[in-house]
Amino acid sequence: MNMYGWCGKIARINLSNQTGYVDTADPDILKMFIGGRGLSGYYLREKITLDWNHPDMPLLFFTGPLVNTRSPTSGRMTIMSRSPLTGTVGDSSVGGSFAHQLKKAGFDGIIITGKSETLCGIEIQDQTIRIVDAAHFTGRKINEVHSFLKDRGSTAIIGPAAENGVLFSSIMVDRNFAAGRTGIGRVAGSKNLKYLTVKGTGRTKVFDPEGLRSAREDVFRLAAASPVLLGEYGISRFGTGALYDLMDARCMMPTDNFRKTRFGNASLMNAYAFKKKYSPKKTGCRGCHILCKKITESRTSMPEFETMSHFSALLGNRDIDAVVEANRVCNEMGMDTISAAATLACFSEISKKKLSPQKIVSLLRNMGRNKGIGAELGKGAMIYAQRCGRSDLAMAVKGQELPAYDPRGAYGMALAYATSSRGGCHLRAYPISHEILRKPVATDRFSFKGKARMIKIGEDLNAAADSLTVCKFIFFAASLEEYARIYTAVTGIKTSGQDLSETGERINYNERMMNAANGFSGEDDDLPGRFFESPGEKDGDIQIEPIEREAFLSARSNYYRARKLDKNGMPVPKVARQLGLRPLIIPKGDL
Amino acid sequence: MNQILRTYEDRLIKNGLAEPGAPLLGCLDADLEWNRPDTDFAVFEAIFERLNINSIIFSRPAEPYRSIIDYLAETSNGIITPQDCETRTFFHDLPVSFQFSPDEITSILKKRKSIIIPGRGIITCGMVGMEQAYVTYASVCFACFIKFFSDFLWDARRGNVDERKCNLFDGVVNQLDPPASFRGSMMKGPFNSADGVCEAIQEAGRLTVEHRLVDSYFGNISFCYGQTLYISQTGSSLDDLKGCIDPCPLDGSSCVPITASSELPAHLKIVQTTGYRAILHGHPKFSIILSMDCDIENCTCRETCHQKCPHDRSVRGIPIVSGEVGSGPHSLCNTVPEAIRNEPGVIVYGHGVFTAGKTDFNQPFKNLIEIENNCRKEYFDRIR
Repeated sequence: MNMYGWCGKIARINLSNQTGYVDTADPDILKMFIGGRGLSGYYLREKITLDWNHPDMPLLFFTGPLVNTRSPTSGRMTIMSRSPLTGTVGDSSVGGSFAHQLKKAGFDGIIITGKSETLCGIEIQDQTIRIVDAAHFTGRKINEVHSFLKDRGSTAIIGPAAENGVLFSSIMVDRNFAAGRTGIGRVAGSKNLKYLTVKGTGRTKVFDPEGLRSAREDVFRLAAASPVLLGEYGISRFGTGALYDLMDARCMMPTDNFRKTRFGNASLMNAYAFKKKYSPKKTGCRGCHILCKKITESRTSMPEFETMSHFSALLGNRDIDAVVEANRVCNEMGMDTISAAATLACFSEISKKKLSPQKIVSLLRNMGRNKGIGAELGKGAMIYAQRCGRSDLAMAVKGQELPAYDPRGAYGMALAYATSSRGGCHLRAYPISHEILRKPVATDRFSFKGKARMIKIGEDLNAAADSLTVCKFIFFAASLEEYARIYTAVTGIKTSGQDLSETGERINYNERMMNAANGFSGEDDDLPGRFFESPGEKDGDIQIEPIEREAFLSARSNYYRARKLDKNGMPVPKVARQLGLRPLIIPKGDL
Repeated sequence: MNQILRTYEDRLIKNGLAEPGAPLLGCLDADLEWNRPDTDFAVFEAIFERLNINSIIFSRPAEPYRSIIDYLAETSNGIITPQDCETRTFFHDLPVSFQFSPDEITSILKKRKSIIIPGRGIITCGMVGMEQAYVTYASVCFACFIKFFSDFLWDARRGNVDERKCNLFDGVVNQLDPPASFRGSMMKGPFNSADGVCEAIQEAGRLTVEHRLVDSYFGNISFCYGQTLYISQTGSSLDDLKGCIDPCPLDGSSCVPITASSELPAHLKIVQTTGYRAILHGHPKFSIILSMDCDIENCTCRETCHQKCPHDRSVRGIPIVSGEVGSGPHSLCNTVPEAIRNEPGVIVYGHGVFTAGKTDFNQPFKNLIEIENNCRKEYFDRIR
């Protein structure tokens, strides 16, 4: 097959019978779902009603057509399955160099099914796929396994947490890049899959190199004009932790398990403090010029914004070293930092015990090792709180713990948390871009007016971005208008920003259908009661009030209409067909 | 009527971009709302149905923009390509169509944020609210103004002005605002509190807009008080800066100013390398037009004037430098600070003017007006 952008090949691996073969991708499906999150969702949909740990449940790794070309910020991929934590679609976009190597090896994606009898690894070198014994890595931490494997190419590894049943286990790429959310590491663990390595030598064909060069320059120009990306205080210089001060200044920093919205010690634990203390160097994903990742000379990864915030403010922790240590433990054990910290905050509130820095770190280790109270906490905040009879104290949506933006400080974010197809997540619609960072223009953060459709449009944009497998951060500066030109230059397929957005709509609707097939409805699109009952902090003219429940419900209804769902938030078959989605056959009937 | 629609309708009129009664504004959440009834509803409802957008502005521009835009559109081959910095960076080019149909408009808005329909007006859209559509509308007017006067000067130098163009030019010139003048006084420094600084910034911003020295949302303004630079936020409207000023500690100890203006690097460098503390950056039109009027024949750098120009250029003694927005390798933060050190101001190619003062905004504001008025005089001198 003579293709530009895509390889047109997918590696299918069955761990039950230890076989693998190279499948051909349908070009029409590639056009409809692009890659990454979209294509993963396409291959997941027929199996979505299986239990997450059913051997036939696929674990999917998908890149996009722009990967392994000179397209800006395109070195990412999606890892997807059904989430052990939420029961919804579970996916995570991740950087590093795995996607790049996978494309060089000649694959757009990997579909893993089955379950190995013993712990195994998958090693891919160009078109050769090997399933190898990994029993000797049982219980080994990610950094240890990585040091053994790094010469075999890019790595994707689970840690002890995934082997031991932690429901928010991550998969770490190249040791430092986390596919953290929704617990997909646990799916790999259930399949007895400890790691993948991939190394390739091929090139990705580009239809119009000159067109790509021109479009790329436009994106670079926009990125240079972006204060958030490349500005004096932007993420290129300070990492994503650059957001830390702003969240506190806007009185929306989740503090003490979301009981407060400001953190007294914020100015001493901000990105500047980390930079001063640890002198980290810039690094980043393959092919990215923003380089938001910060790593010290001793290869210690600096915490990302969410991690910084939750391991300090959310837990009332004032020890900067403990934040770095907590991040290190999570990365080595293979646990999502957001969920881990939020679960500890829930534990702290329920048990009425303030956690010391030492206690935070020891509890994290016990989570990963399935020891003591750690074993209970490894099931996430919602299950733990339910067992304690205090589900109201789990700050989660659809069972996934909330990130570090208090929804009382940004109403679009409140709606987006509720409607996210993977539970408590800031990245599906990412309204922080306009509500806080003023891009592409500023919107009123304390109003639901117009937010329903904005959230729907934002979700579509980010679904397209996750399927092109480009970094969402670049959309603080560029838009799908520029990436449509890049897509066309790489693949030769004429498109527009709006066409890509429509593809994003299809991808979101597909996810909504999959969740509906598993019993999710509008009732699940909700926030913890605390946000409707308790105020946050005041500072000058800013007063963080509880969200008005009726206004939220009205905005949610508006969202369903904008998304063309029924009034209960359920997909409508006619709309699905219009979007090119076949009905999803489930035991209860068609969707 | 939706208050948001009212706000932006008023803003279009107040800023001379549309005449009363002309703008049609629609925004879609679950329901579609309009600012007034219109016979073209069906066309726009079809567009809303087909595009993932939430706001539309459709209006005939006010004069002189209307004549300028109609002319540029009619004489284009379907795309107007202004060379100013705003268009180059954020809009790329401005598509034109002669058909007022849902199919045609949709096909163009799928790829760009605006469409010009000669004789009918400008259509712009937003995905994140009416402000986005408004900024695009204002930028189309601004970019076309710059292009029209730039092209006329280029043609006049070469004797390529026909009667139609000449008549149009005269008509447009007759409708220009009078040159800016300011005989009043602004808040006087030195300021003794951060609140005082913010008030002075707001006053200077408001006056800069009122004197039409900046259009849309693209200027910025700062003052260094103690060890903190107070600067307007990115995408803020200079005539409405309350709550939109970021404190930026010079030691970099806080990242709160991550929302500061894109030109923060230039402001910081000016403060750190000169004695100036008050910095004003506007986009006065004739200064921009003249910055792009280069008579060096056969220059080998013609395609990269906006990034790096090897020549020492000036207009009536004011230096013209190259440089792009923000912090890239060709950023204006590498050219402006040095150029402004001993000058009343500096013009950035195709972009705008920086002026600076030591104690307050009185001198920078006067300099901004003077530079623009001198450029305006110089423009018409060159035409003659």
